Amino acid sequence: MTLVTEPPKANFRLGMLIYDTRYRSYTIQVIVLILFLMGVAWLANNTIENLAAKDKDINFGFLWNRAGYDIDQHLIPYTNDDTHFRALLVGLGNTLVVALVGCFFSTILGVIIGVLRLSKNWLVARLMTIYIEIFRNIPLLLWIILVYVVFSETRPAPRDFKIVEGQTSAAHMNFFDTIAVTNRGTNVPAPLLTNPLPTVHLGFLPISLSLIAVIVVIAASIYANILLRRRTKVVQEATGIRPTIWWKSLLILCVPVVALLFAMGLHWEYPVFKGFNFNGGINIAHSFTALTIALTLYYASVIAETVRAGIQAISRGQSEASAALGIRPGRIMSLVILPQALRVIIPPLISQYLSLTKDTSLGIAVSYLDLRGTLGGITLNQTGRELECMTLMMLIYLIISLIISAVMNAYNASVKLKER
Amino acid sequence: MKKSVFFGALAATTVLAGSAFAGTLDDVKARGELICGANVGLTGFGAPDATGAYVGFDVDLCKAIAAAVLGDASKVKYVPTTGETRFTALASGEVDVLIRNSTWTFSRDTDLKFDFVAVNYYDGQGFMVKKELGVSSAKELDGATVCIQTGTTTELNLADFFKSNNISYTPVTVGDDSEALRQYDAGACDAYTTDASGLAASRASLANPADHIILPEIISKEPLGPVVRHGDNNWGDIVRWTYYALLEAEEKGITKANIDTVGTSTTDPEVKRLLGLEGDMGAMMGLDKEWAKRAIAASGNYGEIFETNIGTSTPIGLARGLNALWTQGGLQYAPPFR
Repeated sequence: MTLVTEPPKANFRLGMLIYDTRYRSYTIQVIVLILFLMGVAWLANNTIENLAAKDKDINFGFLWNRAGYDIDQHLIPYTNDDTHFRALLVGLGNTLVVALVGCFFSTILGVIIGVLRLSKNWLVARLMTIYIEIFRNIPLLLWIILVYVVFSETRPAPRDFKIVEGQTSAAHMNFFDTIAVTNRGTNVPAPLLTNPLPTVHLGFLPISLSLIAVIVVIAASIYANILLRRRTKVVQEATGIRPTIWWKSLLILCVPVVALLFAMGLHWEYPVFKGFNFNGGINIAHSFTALTIALTLYYASVIAETVRAGIQAISRGQSEASAALGIRPGRIMSLVILPQALRVIIPPLISQYLSLTKDTSLGIAVSYLDLRGTLGGITLNQTGRELECMTLMMLIYLIISLIISAVMNAYNASVKLKER
Repeated sequence: MKKSVFFGALAATTVLAGSAFAGTLDDVKARGELICGANVGLTGFGAPDATGAYVGFDVDLCKAIAAAVLGDASKVKYVPTTGETRFTALASGEVDVLIRNSTWTFSRDTDLKFDFVAVNYYDGQGFMVKKELGVSSAKELDGATVCIQTGTTTELNLADFFKSNNISYTPVTVGDDSEALRQYDAGACDAYTTDASGLAASRASLANPADHIILPEIISKEPLGPVVRHGDNNWGDIVRWTYYALLEAEEKGITKANIDTVGTSTTDPEVKRLLGLEGDMGAMMGLDKEWAKRAIAASGNYGEIFETNIGTSTPIGLARGLNALWTQGGLQYAPPFR
């Protein structure tokens, strides 16, 4: 015999789905879900039917065909004999490098401008306001085209750099004849190694062990430096005297990597004018430079506002208390205000990074062959697979954005106020 | 029950969508206007003039089709398309016919589900460079930066040409002719490559055409022609035979000037058939008797259209070459009208 009275199950009637508040919300949700799924199914079905009516199908096989076109800027080896898939990877690489460089520089510039805008110096603060208002309120696309046109119309053509015996050339290279900025691109010296470590081929990506070695050594140096600073702090807390360590830090950070590069025989290959263009060195096309500069300047203005909002969210009492303790203004900002402001800054900063990454697709205006230019441009046109290319491209941008979101959210979790 | 209604509606939508592509002729007639996919701006072939009206070699074919189908050569709406957008515009039904320097290739004909109904200009890809570079052959372009329109066959030919000659180049990929020309003029590229006819047209629009030369090498075959969607054969026939009517008119000496009188004076039965004085060929493809007469009257015969827009008397100055009639050593040849 049981003491708990169970609700009478037999009494369930169909009408209760609508009239019983216990079930009503479920009923509504299920109906909405069914309608939504039917809508999606209708769209998918409509697409397939319409494609079939035109004798077309959905097929991603074209990705493995020969691409046949050339891309001037590529981070991984690429020739026109490679597949459309590899062209996609080249485009993806170009997208990511602009996004990374853009996020990095716009953050630095944005933080500086945001802080300066709150400066007590009237002139500095007003200048920053003007900068922010100008850049933030003019469409990014116009900035990209403007920067590109300035480069391509004002810089001399490569052949103006040609040195003829007994004459001075019309244009000169900068920085002791190492860098040439032409109307097509920037030619910088390329690092070469006389006795490099072997290159490993991981599937289709060649990975230079020399580069990995340099990265590992730098990372190890930084870690060693952190250990040193930690030890210094222990000494300071124990004895009250902080040992001088700047030269130790400098040695730890510089000597290993310099020694490694010396051992591998680092030397530079300088760009030299030959034929139509500069040969040797690394050529950075102005499409990349223009896109990066415009993205950086534009997003710096947006990030500056985010930073200002973050700083102003910290109560004045914090800086007044710090000042009362005798901390200098610069250190108040870096030690007291900014660490607290970060909590306010980071969530909106995530969406700025996402926007920046998506806006790299505007590079098409200056012929920058990113993912939009390769997969969504030339591949799409040459194969006529609009639906497949667009779907794939949307999927890739979605994945990139989700990864950026995840990384930034993890960082946010690490700096946010720890509640115990 | 609900589901069957849903699928019923779905089937109805599909049928409607299907029929929208089947009867282009009916659509054009119902609309009272032909929608023609044109170039964004290529002087001589298809570009707006000072008043904003589209003129050119390709545009005149649009006018001829409108005259044949609707009886009025001015009832054409031109939709400017770039190399990238043109085929999507045609496939989606945004335009009825695409007459925009488009090269007939295997994959466009088969995989993209289009029909190239004729070749109105036999072309080939060439290079234009500044005279001061001192280049006289495309094979001397090793290491050069080349401006190229994206989404074109020329993009692929270019890669093949440099590869087969074992020389290198840097591509600058741009969206359309005008942007390519701006970059070329600013010196952002050493050479500009596109169809030789396009080069001649672009050269004519530069500030000082004499400073630029078109290199002698023609590196590809570029048969350019009007394109329609695959599957609507009647519409394809109309576009094809309107074009052939213009060719036949040139062969038979029918011009814009004598079209009203030639019918009465001629004894040639083919001319009579073409002008609708004998038989009823128009009815076989859903048009009236005088379709071809109106098409020819719109801008003249093929030769007249060629000479007014791109011929030797114009700044573009193209010779007939391969595009002369077959009777004069060219490739332009209309099948018999019977």
